[in-house]
Amino acid sequence: MMSSFQAKLESNTFVITAEVSPPKGIDCSDFLSISRSLAAMVDAINVTDNQGANMRISPLAAAALLVREGIEPIYQVTCRDRNRLALQSDLLGAAALGVTNILALTGDFISFGDHPQGKPVFDLDSVQLLNVIAGLNNGKDMNGHQLTGSTTFFCGAAASPDAEPLELTLIKIEKKAAAGAGFLQTQAIFDIPRLGRFREAVSHLPVKVIAGILVLKSAGMARYINKNIPGLTIPDHIIDELADAADPAAKGLEIACRFAKEAAPLCNGIHIMAMGREELIPQIIAALKP
Amino acid sequence: MIVSQQKPLDEILSELDGISRVFLIGCAKCATVCKAGGEEEVWQMQESLTAVGREITGSIVIDEVCHMLRTARDLRSRKEMVDEAEAIVVLACGAGVQSVSATTSKRTLAGLDTKFLGNIKRLGQFEQKCSLCGECLLSRTGGICPVTVCPKSLLNGPCGGMDNGRCEVDLESECAWKMIFDRLSDRGDAERIKKTVSAKDNSTRRQPGRLKLDK
Ligand code: SF4
Ligand code: SF4
Repeated sequence: MMSSFQAKLESNTFVITAEVSPPKGIDCSDFLSISRSLAAMVDAINVTDNQGANMRISPLAAAALLVREGIEPIYQVTCRDRNRLALQSDLLGAAALGVTNILALTGDFISFGDHPQGKPVFDLDSVQLLNVIAGLNNGKDMNGHQLTGSTTFFCGAAASPDAEPLELTLIKIEKKAAAGAGFLQTQAIFDIPRLGRFREAVSHLPVKVIAGILVLKSAGMARYINKNIPGLTIPDHIIDELADAADPAAKGLEIACRFAKEAAPLCNGIHIMAMGREELIPQIIAALKP
Repeated sequence: MIVSQQKPLDEILSELDGISRVFLIGCAKCATVCKAGGEEEVWQMQESLTAVGREITGSIVIDEVCHMLRTARDLRSRKEMVDEAEAIVVLACGAGVQSVSATTSKRTLAGLDTKFLGNIKRLGQFEQKCSLCGECLLSRTGGICPVTVCPKSLLNGPCGGMDNGRCEVDLESECAWKMIFDRLSDRGDAERIKKTVSAKDNSTRRQPGRLKLDK
């Protein structure tokens, strides 16, 4: 069954996705109520995989709970914690539970999280993982053994339009596209001209681009992110804007709305990372309307 | 060479609880270069242990303790001193400690922590550049090892955490893939990394490794 998220992207419908973190624990009621409240206004809910190497409930379980609610998840799978057997095994499980969208990621290094003593796995990298998923979609495991039934995953990959050197980043993105990534979810966007250049640079690839929009709360939070979250850099002028605002939380929402609005015409969708303030997502979506 | 570092004295002493007579072994090769288990460090260890009431029955610095036959032979030459001791403290890498433990029934203690196969950058400064993966990829990566120099061992290019060519795990270090890209670009060979590298065959590094030459 083709995911409806995929069908929308492939018919060039503008999509909106939102990120919701599964809980650290077994009580999924908040996770589910936030997801339910967003379900009607987003096309899919992105479920993070032990984000920032912090141990949480399995994204497979969380994604399956969403499927049960009739909500379409994008199941994030990182290479950090599972070897090739565990990855394939989880992916087959996800398919059987009705999960159709995957975001295949390398994963933040283990030292950033709450179990820095753990053994980092990285048996595969994100390109290899995408190739493995293409194989599963073809009814074969990564060693070519026949599966009972094929998966029908629609896969995406991460992209960092700000990363330097861009040429090097693009080499990897080309590999991801060749391995079957149908969409690229970008890191948080704070530089629209750069997003434009990036869009141009990947225009020859058969991939849709979904721009990441981050909702900030304060200058302190922005600085914390810069220091502790790899791959995410909030520029100084944005931090200043937050620092100078009388109401930084409202300013953060305003900034998110601004970038969502400016990024939208350059891409196929936006992905909102509200970082715990998911109740603001409707306002960002409203800002997209002309 | 094998990079090692002396364990904190407290840790060695806690293992020596209730033991009063000790024989000391150092290694003339890697552990000497690392200033962890050479003549000098064996002497210092003797001083430190004596200061806390241990009797040193004797000591020897073996010319590579990982050589099992040589270690057995050299320890036989000190048989009386070894016999007199209740425990042996080995200031050599983990391989060396096991050469010793294989030849004696005495309690054998590791005095060093064994870190990695390292290059000597300058005196007292070591860097891991190879993690002994069993199937070398260096010919394809401009002579820079992504398996080791990239903390995530990525084989197809940088992760999303690369920050201005620096590594997300340690911003003091250059991203391995940036280095590989620069090196290959300088040689006009950057095309080389456009080819997707398939998943590594980890069976080539299975433990414990064994190798027996035919002749
Ligand atoms: S590819 Fe393997 S053998 Fe070659 S340098 Fe790297 S870890 Fe060592
Ligand atoms: S920044 Fe570069 S070296 Fe560091 S983990 Fe990512 S790819 Fe590896």
